[in-house]
Amino acid sequence: MIAAGEPAPDFTLRDQDGEEVSLADFLGRKVLLVFYPQDFSPVCGDQLSIYQEVKPEIAEKGVELLGISVDHSWAHKAFREKLGIDTTLLADFEPKGEVARAYGSYLEKLGFANRTLVLVDEEGTVAWTHEAPNPGEFPGANVIFDALGPS
Amino acid sequence: MSELTSAAVPPIGPEDHVRGEGEGLIVYADLGCPRCAAVWAELGARRRRIVFRHFPVASKHPRSPALHAATEAAGAQGRFFEMVDSLYADHGHIDDPHLWERAERLGLELERFEADRRSDAVAARVRRDFESGIRAGVGSTPAVFDTHGRRA
Repeated sequence: MIAAGEPAPDFTLRDQDGEEVSLADFLGRKVLLVFYPQDFSPVCGDQLSIYQEVKPEIAEKGVELLGISVDHSWAHKAFREKLGIDTTLLADFEPKGEVARAYGSYLEKLGFANRTLVLVDEEGTVAWTHEAPNPGEFPGANVIFDALGPS
Repeated sequence: MSELTSAAVPPIGPEDHVRGEGEGLIVYADLGCPRCAAVWAELGARRRRIVFRHFPVASKHPRSPALHAATEAAGAQGRFFEMVDSLYADHGHIDDPHLWERAERLGLELERFEADRRSDAVAARVRRDFESGIRAGVGSTPAVFDTHGRRA
């Protein structure tokens, strides 16, 4: 798992609409990378739904939320619609899991990312990370706000 | 905007909706969630003291905010748990006309029910429970705690 203080590896991935999104696009803003295993798997659904409910509060802290899994853009598109969320979801699809690997979040034997959160600061440095003990558990939204600090 | 950093599950307070006697359980529930409906029935059968706290996940269940507001409005006329029971018993009928029907069956004054359920005060009341759940790490519903704030 990448550590706080290290530069956040840049990447360019396609979002749910097939548009290219690079981490460098967000320099000057904080970004929270939400690595998760797979679209449509049961626990995943709750994680992104919960974060959606407090997205205004997250945005108010100047943080952009980006979800990343190995699913491709079409799956992300359908998944967003199913959940009713507007969080950007990026396809770490080809090469599979390359970005998750760069951040130390990829589970080689399982072929998908563990549930990890990576907060990147305005200069593109990793400010904070959180790794779930296993893919079946996810950090509540409170963990994000603890990392962001008080208003 | 509110603080949403980690905090313990708030202990039972004067604002809470409490039913039953004895050892209590605090339940963060989404009225639009089928799993919650099943757990609610099971908890009811166990006949323990239950505290209901609102946890609507609106993106997942778009009708939930309206349902939670309806229970608060029913509660203003003394029928909170009756409305909760009614909603969990039948997820197939949750549009506005169905809510009016339920309100009438519970003997509620309809005009007041309508005004209350659309009020800012009710929305704020629901939001207060929701935020306490977020701060306590609730990530899926139902989330059940004992009265000391430990997961049950």
